[in-house]
Amino acid sequence: MTDLKPKDFASSLDVRWCPGCGDYAVLKSLHKMLADTGAKLEDTLCVSGIGCSSRLPYYMATYGFHTIHGRAPAIASGAKLANPELDVWVFTGDGDGLSIGGNHLLHALRRNLDMQIVLFNNQIYGLTKGQYSPTSQKGVRTPSSPGGTVEMPLNPARFAIGAGSKFIARSIDTQAKVLGPILEAARAFDGTAFVEVLQNCVIFNDGVFDHLKDKKQGPDHTIVVEHGQPMVFGVNKDKGIRAKAGGFGLEVVSLDVGGSTEADLLVHDETNHALAVALAELGEKDGEPTVLGILFREPATEFGAASRVGLPEKPLSMNEKLTRLSATLRAAETWDVGEDAA
Amino acid sequence: MQNGLEHSTAMHELPVSQQPEVDYVRVRFAGDSGDGIQMTGTRLAESAARFGNDIATFPDFPADIRAPSGTIYGVSAYSLNIGHTEVDTFGDETDALVALNPAALRKYLEGVKQNGLLIIDMDAFTERSIAKAGFSGNPLEDGSLTSFRVLPLEITSNTEKALKETGLSAKDARRCKNMWTLGLVLWLFERSTADVEHWIEQKFHKKPEVAKANIMALQAGHLYGEVADLPPDVSRYRIQPAPLMEGEYRSINGNEGMAYGLYAGATLANLELFYGSYPITPASPLLHTVAKLKELGAISFQAEDEIAAICAAIGASYAGHLGVTGSSGPGIALKTEAIGLAIMTELPLVIVNVQRGGPSTGLPTKTEQSDLFQAIWGRNGDAPLPVIAPAHPGECFDMGVEAAKLATKHMTPLMVLTDGYIANASAPWKLPDFSDPAYEPFPVEQVKDPNGFLPYDHDPETMARPWAVPGTAELMHRIGGLEKQAGSGNISYDGENHQLMTQIRAQKLEAIAKSIPLQHVESGKTTGKLALLGWGSSWGPIRVAARRAELEGKSVSHIHLRHLWPLPPNLEELLSGFDRVIIPEMNNGQLATVLRSQMDVPVESVSCVKGRPFLVREIAKIIDDALGA
Repeated sequence: MTDLKPKDFASSLDVRWCPGCGDYAVLKSLHKMLADTGAKLEDTLCVSGIGCSSRLPYYMATYGFHTIHGRAPAIASGAKLANPELDVWVFTGDGDGLSIGGNHLLHALRRNLDMQIVLFNNQIYGLTKGQYSPTSQKGVRTPSSPGGTVEMPLNPARFAIGAGSKFIARSIDTQAKVLGPILEAARAFDGTAFVEVLQNCVIFNDGVFDHLKDKKQGPDHTIVVEHGQPMVFGVNKDKGIRAKAGGFGLEVVSLDVGGSTEADLLVHDETNHALAVALAELGEKDGEPTVLGILFREPATEFGAASRVGLPEKPLSMNEKLTRLSATLRAAETWDVGEDAA
Repeated sequence: MQNGLEHSTAMHELPVSQQPEVDYVRVRFAGDSGDGIQMTGTRLAESAARFGNDIATFPDFPADIRAPSGTIYGVSAYSLNIGHTEVDTFGDETDALVALNPAALRKYLEGVKQNGLLIIDMDAFTERSIAKAGFSGNPLEDGSLTSFRVLPLEITSNTEKALKETGLSAKDARRCKNMWTLGLVLWLFERSTADVEHWIEQKFHKKPEVAKANIMALQAGHLYGEVADLPPDVSRYRIQPAPLMEGEYRSINGNEGMAYGLYAGATLANLELFYGSYPITPASPLLHTVAKLKELGAISFQAEDEIAAICAAIGASYAGHLGVTGSSGPGIALKTEAIGLAIMTELPLVIVNVQRGGPSTGLPTKTEQSDLFQAIWGRNGDAPLPVIAPAHPGECFDMGVEAAKLATKHMTPLMVLTDGYIANASAPWKLPDFSDPAYEPFPVEQVKDPNGFLPYDHDPETMARPWAVPGTAELMHRIGGLEKQAGSGNISYDGENHQLMTQIRAQKLEAIAKSIPLQHVESGKTTGKLALLGWGSSWGPIRVAARRAELEGKSVSHIHLRHLWPLPPNLEELLSGFDRVIIPEMNNGQLATVLRSQMDVPVESVSCVKGRPFLVREIAKIIDDALGA
């Protein structure tokens, strides 16, 4: 099987997301990227939890496992440990991944097993009909928060950094030019790659990211960072990010106003952990852009390889295993009962 | 038996004792949880087993890691029954109690038989520790021990004296008092110290000075017995070797047996073993044992919680390994949702539940068999799952193999119920011979051929669906927890289809019922006045009591279930041949309730939930009450 087209990665099932759902765009980017990078259907495994985004494996012509609430990272981990040859993807949402499955996500990111976790963040519970999620903005009114939520929202990228993730990226569902390369880089990363996709729920939280996605004004509210490139953004490329003078943290500056030039701006270093923390939090206050692209990438020991150290180099035959088991059983003190003793 | 599962333990072949006082001796070591009691007991058990005795052990330790010294709740104990005849229980009453402090004496004095031997470390009987144990006066002086043979010894100072020349600090020397005691007890049983010395040398080969000190203490204790002028009523115990079946033996506890058996089962299925687990008492040693099998190819994964542990095992099974997860009651409760997923996706998976006492966290270190309802029925939806249970430590290996066989043959998750007693107790075990037909390989065929492949196409005989693993070309398919269309496996919410799929999942259990062994009678006749029906670790006391009663001419049979769900198809017919069926259980009547729902045979329940197995005399009383003494 060679030269697969994007459509070859689509299963025969009808896609049953709501018309206009952001998930369609992510699915399309995924199909294209897998085709472009020469992925094989049989080696690709898509694992998901519960929720709208977790239906994605059904729309893939690869192997797929739609599992239970929040547990996809654990099931994917078992599959990947059993068969390291598989290209394993986890698809989850903000509720599935960060609420009910927060623990598993935390530990998957910490371990750094080679797989990709794509978290669709629409800041709402879609499939259960619109309750607030752990990423919902404070004050949002939903059926379970008629007076507005009083919970502090969780920032997924910040969570991933806290968990020790070695690959953290953020994108917007419909921005294929940003999302495609991120998915490709995630796939290439030898460890757990965490990709947050800001995704629009047309039914329960429509337009929550419109200011970021807007063709005209969006560039004023987002910055796509790239390793080695200065942090310039804005509709007119007239804004930038620099380190706060005399202190920690980042600040937004206008270029050529007050003497700031591009030379004053930070150059993105995707291996800088402290910078990644600051970038993940940027955008939470007015005037700050939300950071897209690969926020953090740092090669580190991959869990699967490390945990295989000590296993036989080649799989053992049944006879070899039984022989070794016999020897292990006899490593304890053994004694013979002979005819004399009987 | 249909599936070749023969019981290769020695116990079946041994005579039953009619003269308990002569044929076996029950000794109990007890002391502070830091005194090395478990190690001392284990060594004596190994030594007795190597001598050729039948043994049964019962480690009884506190739930706290290191309770304050000298307290009752900090007492750690190890009971050992050493026999010339079959010993299936650790014994009702203690013949000899070794008490290394007043708390140990206080806690276990009650279980010592009249005129039993008390070996006591006098050095530990200080005013303070006597008061701490709750004695009003010194029991060694106030005449409260007159109905026992008391041997008060200066164990601590004797140990210190013996190690004076080694240069060890007094504190380090005192730590060897368990070895001094073991030396004395070995003398008491007319056994040499050679085996234990060999073990010490191996155990401490990196610390020769520690090895030397322990050996010196051991020898000093032994020598003390030889030369000290012990009271004439302290006679030595002369327990002859038991007439075990010919073969090569080791001792094994249930957790070890189960871990090795699961590895053997995965191997005979021609699969790799994946064990996902989260630490919990008393199941953790399963994880520890599998972790040591890495160079044999076994993968163990310590997950972040119980849910992740089973999910990782499910993922591994999906990817082509034999996924296994083990835990204890509360952990199994957490795994429940994932068990449903494994049932829905029809993947092979073995779930080992090493039961412990009580609901919630209950009694972590105490044994019980009260998770039967949880195993059979504890899930949402109609979610049938086979349940099997070994009866004693020596059977755990074979039940591990059986679990792997049933799970892969029928493509189903399966639960194995052991318990804290089986898990920790040791017994002599005849090592398996893999050329024996009982260990005939049952290689699993994972599908490779795309012709006619449907992921939810069921084999009419086994009701297994084809197992196509990711990585196999042209067999790509999607599975999940949603109801699926028969055959294609596509999501289906159609009512008729759900009816069909529910039936298929039920038929899987019917198929299993056809492939498990017919229920046999453990001891006694196949019909009669009374059947004692047991499952799991109540095997030992039921067996001993039933066999003794039978020798006395009573009509009593012992029937023991290993396949609890589905039930053996001939069970109802078998039970209906008895006037009365009584079920002694370490729960509040769960098997009895299950059977009442399944068959038209009146059954009576006797419950014991005291954190320990039944005593033989408790079972004997059931028999006497039913048949007349």
